[in-house]
This record gives sequence, C-alpha cells and structure tokens, in this order.
Amino acid sequence: MLVHSRTGKWAVWLVFLVLFLPLFALPLLVILAASFAGHWSSVLPSGFTTAHYTAATRGEALQALTTSLVTAVTASLLALAVGTWAALAAHAAPKPVRRVLDTLFVLPVAVPSVVVGLAVLVAFSQPPLLLNGTRWIVIVAHTVLVTAFAHQSVSAAITRLDPAYEQAAASLGARPSYVLWRVRLPLLLPSLSAAAGLCFALSMGELSATMMLYPPDWTPLPVLIYAATDRGALFAGSAVAVVLMTATLIVLLAVSRVRTKASYR
Amino acid sequence: MTRRLAWALPPVALLALFFLYPLVLVGRQSIHPDTGGTSLQPYADVFASAAFREALWTTVWLALAATVGCLVLGFVLALVIAFVPFPGAKAVARFVDVFLSFPSFLITLALLFIYGTVGMANGLWTDVTGAAEGPFRFLTTPWGVLLAEVTYFTPFVMRPLLAAFSQLDTAQLEAASSLGARAPRIVRQVILPEALPALAAGGSLVLVLCLNEFGIVLFTGAKGVTTLPMLVYSKAILESDYPGACVVAVVNVLISVGLYGLYRVVSRRAGA
Repeated sequence: MLVHSRTGKWAVWLVFLVLFLPLFALPLLVILAASFAGHWSSVLPSGFTTAHYTAATRGEALQALTTSLVTAVTASLLALAVGTWAALAAHAAPKPVRRVLDTLFVLPVAVPSVVVGLAVLVAFSQPPLLLNGTRWIVIVAHTVLVTAFAHQSVSAAITRLDPAYEQAAASLGARPSYVLWRVRLPLLLPSLSAAAGLCFALSMGELSATMMLYPPDWTPLPVLIYAATDRGALFAGSAVAVVLMTATLIVLLAVSRVRTKASYR
Repeated sequence: MTRRLAWALPPVALLALFFLYPLVLVGRQSIHPDTGGTSLQPYADVFASAAFREALWTTVWLALAATVGCLVLGFVLALVIAFVPFPGAKAVARFVDVFLSFPSFLITLALLFIYGTVGMANGLWTDVTGAAEGPFRFLTTPWGVLLAEVTYFTPFVMRPLLAAFSQLDTAQLEAASSLGARAPRIVRQVILPEALPALAAGGSLVLVLCLNEFGIVLFTGAKGVTTLPMLVYSKAILESDYPGACVVAVVNVLISVGLYGLYRVVSRRAGA
C-alpha cells in the first residue's frame, strides 16, 4: 500500500531480505549447524556428527538442564504469585499508593541484573539469612529479576478487565474471595499464562546474575554454555544452546496452548 | 481502606527483603566496607582509576550507538512488514517474538562462527582470494559488541512499532498517496509522526537494556571491551574487591534507574 510499482516492491523486499536474513535468521541457523559440526574452518561446517548431542543430553549437561528447568519453573511460579498479588492489591489501592507500588515492582527491570546478583550475594552471604552456596540463592535472584515482568504484564491485563463481570457477581451476593477465585482469576488466565511463559524464558536464559552467585552444584545451562565456549569447545556449547532453545520453545508452546483454551471459554 | 492497604503488605515485604534490602546493603558496603571504617575512599579510588573511566565511556557510547542502530533498523524492518507486506510477513513478525525469548549471548556465540578468525566470512575470503587470513577481526573489539547488541535488541523496537502501525488507518496513507505524495514523503509526514511515541518508548527501553547488558560482553571475551556491568563482575568475582564492585554498582544503578525513570515518563506521555 506504500509502494505501488512492481519493481519498487521487489526492491524493497530485497533490501528487507538483505537486512533480515544475515542479522536475524543466520545466527540461529549457524548455531544449529555448528551443533552438528565436527570442524568449521572454511565457509561451511564439515564432519557432521551427533556426538555433541549425545554429550549434551547426559551427565553434566543433563544435570544443568534439570537445574535450569527447576530454577525457571520455581522462579516463574513464585514471581507469578507475588507479582499477581501485588498487581491485584495495587489495583484496589488509592492512586498514589498504586503509583508507589508500580514503581517499586518495576525497579528490578531498571537495575542491572549483575547488580541484582551482587546485591543478593552480599545480602545473603551473612546472617540472618545465609543462602550463599545453596540453590536457593540462584532461585531468589531469578525470582527478583522476573517478578517485575510478571507484575507489569498482569497489571496491564487487570486495567483492561471489564469491571461489569465482578460487579455482577458481587451484586448476586458473591463474597470478594469468591469473586476473585471464580471471576477475576479465570478472566486473567490468558495473561497469567503469557506472563508465566515470559518469566520462564527469561529465567532459562539468565546469565548475568547467575554468574555472580551460582554454587558449584547448581549450574544452570547458560553458565555451562559459557564454560564450554570459554575453554574453546564451541560446537559442544552450540549443542547445549540448541537444547536450551528447544526446551524454552517447548514450554512456551505448551503455555500458549493454555492461553488459547482459556480465551475461547 | 486500611484492610485494602494491608493486602499490599505481603508482596511489598517480600520485595523489600529480597530486593530493596540487598540494594541498600550494596550502597552501605560502598561507603562502609566490612573491613571497617566509613569513608568515601572507595569512590575516590574508583573514580580516579583509568579502567573505570574507560568502562563508563565504553558503556555509554556503546549503548547510545546500539540504540540509534536499533531504532533505524527496527523502523525500516517494521515499515516493510506493515506497509509493503509480502507472503510470510506474519510469520516473520512471529519469528521476531520468538527471537525475544532467547538469551542475548547466543548472538555472540553465533557471531563467533560467522565472523570469527576461522569463521564463515573469513573462510569465504580466503577461499576466494587465496589469502592466508581473512580481513574480519572486529569481533573482539567494541564493534563486535555493537553488532551483537543491535541484532539482539532490534526486535524490542520492532514490537511496539508493529503494534502502533497496526492501529494506523490505511485511509490516511491512501489519501496522501492520491494527493500525489510519494513513498518517502508519506513515511516522513504521515507514518513517522504516528510512530514517534512507539519509537521513543522502544528506544529508551533498549538504551537501558544496553547499559545493563552483560552476556554479550562476557561471551565476546575481549579484554579490550569492559563495560560497567562487566567491571562489577570482574571486581567482585575475579578480584574479590567488594567495596570497589559496590561503588561501580551504585554508579551503574544511578545511570540506569535515572534513564528508566525517563522512559516511564516518556511512555506514559505517549500512552504506550
């Protein structure tokens, strides 16, 4: 609709392809290709093998995958609970209080994740709460980082919620807890699941804060990928990266199915 | 009323315990180290060090340049997807969403294979020209970080832009076009003004994220590229200099939170 001539359109599309393919499609394809490669010293990789995947799905790597999954699921659920609670409470509160709450819960987005990692490390390496060296310090840091995103998307959804439903329920004599449980939360379910997917993806890929505080027996996938590439094992690192991307995509797909089911209810 | 406010207490208490209290400790550590004494000496030391000033400068110019790059590239790409649609444009828009859910360091990992010393680009060069080595060695310089940041963060600009473009009435474009305006003029006078709020919001978010970016710089593995988050990491973990790390952290937080506050104001004005 902006460009009408046929040649003009093709020229624009050509520019788009020249920009889009090398910048966005190529990196992902390259990682995929590298994960099967034995050598890569010219234009194309050679010596194709699945050995990297055999290594990437057992032993240390398998343990890192479970570590990442457990961390991401725990952090997402905790963040979703705290973020939703805060968003619901903020919505019911008077406007100045709501402002303060929104600002407080959005702050972790603005603070660099490395600093969040440092802060959590400093605070929980000393009594009263000694978490350093346990898996909980990683989970706490991830939860703090993703809570902001959970809060933001849920609170955006709450403001879009039609108040007529809860008013109707309340006028029919439903108690506030019943309205919350049977009316508001089901209506919020699509955005809750979207927020859960976002939190999960962010936590799966979290590296900055994790590098500051992971204990040796709780190594998530990104740290393992870094360790592999740092010692020059680029192909093994790529295979682990593909495992990470696949796991993230599978969970996101599952979560988006929940969303479509809920929105047609 | 008070009961309603009481409901807000549990989540706020959790946030205070696990986020605000640790941040306060970082602030305290920076002026009152565990080793004893209260002084601004750590600040004086850090500000006087050349490494810190260089990291500050690198962080700021990289973030600014990456933001400009993302804005230009994101605007062009979103423009084509929205207004010169091709078969599969929807799929590309969805691909952009998927791209956002992957961690940033994967881009640097991929760039190692594309532009690394024995990567695709250099391999192509040596095959074609017969030279012993290729000319691409920018990966371990700030330019490599810049390329990775522009690649990774452009989708963050494209998403709000595509949302804004989907609300733009096609009739406006057709009216302008039937009055004789050519494509560049329509973009400048009709589309750009509509896109400004989305550009401002996306751009300031990308600026903050670039200031805080760590994974890309870490994976680049270049000793020559040090940004503030990288300096926090190396001081705390590699040198065990916690007071110094806390000072850099405080500076980094002040810059980022200040800019993020600006972003919130801008995006609220824009209604985004």
